[in-house]
Amino acid sequence: MRLKNQEVALDTLDWQILQAIQQNSKQTYSKVGRQLGVAHSTVYDRIRKMEKSGIIKKWTVDIDLEKIGINHITARMTVYTDPKESERVAKILSEAKEVLEVSMSLSEELLIIVKAVARDQEELHSFIAKKVAPLQGVLRIRTSIVTKRIKEERFLIDST
Amino acid sequence: MSSSSARTLRTLSRENAFYFFTSVGNYTGHRAMSMEEFANKIRKVQTNSLEFHLYRGDFEKWADEVLEDNILTERIGAVKLLKPIGNAIRDQLDFTVTKRLEELKNQTS
Repeated sequence: MRLKNQEVALDTLDWQILQAIQQNSKQTYSKVGRQLGVAHSTVYDRIRKMEKSGIIKKWTVDIDLEKIGINHITARMTVYTDPKESERVAKILSEAKEVLEVSMSLSEELLIIVKAVARDQEELHSFIAKKVAPLQGVLRIRTSIVTKRIKEERFLIDST
Repeated sequence: MSSSSARTLRTLSRENAFYFFTSVGNYTGHRAMSMEEFANKIRKVQTNSLEFHLYRGDFEKWADEVLEDNILTERIGAVKLLKPIGNAIRDQLDFTVTKRLEELKNQTS
């Protein structure tokens, strides 16, 4: 692994390790090492370096909230903004506890796309009416409440 | 000038303005930062927005908690009991709010 301009250049082994831990981050360094034909200490060193450089941002767990009785709804909001205010609006939205993701898109208009969660529709509406609509630069908002999730995966690395 | 009338007619902060939605989370871009602006917006926003807020009780809540006008709150409640739909909602709200606005303006002059 070496730095090339501001980007980090990974070798084949780094890519293979990333692919292995992205599929199952709970497997041991020894198991990953065995799969790839290298020592577990090599896997450990590579992972440490990728953590330090920020390639591996965090280790987390994906919990099924419904199975443990935490009911919630997910909504996708499209926030139409005055272009002069969009960066500021996006930053404020990013800080809200109800907001999980914030992205920006420049199509015909400048849009902020937000994934938000709330306990129920009333709490969602209250959040949008009291905290999002009043933000300076917000022109209008379209919201879709997710009723059925068909697939939700992260982009998987292909090291081949 | 009546201080309570002046309070009801004041210009509000952005946080206390009324924001018009058509359904949960769908903001139309229309907002009212005073009772006078509210009266104007009633004539402009889509009727489905008026219907959404009337039957959720949002107008009454705002008239009571933000404008602090019990009379307007009661009159909007009375409109709701008539169960108007479509343009009848606009007409009845317009009449109710405009009439109350004139009363308050007369009290302050």
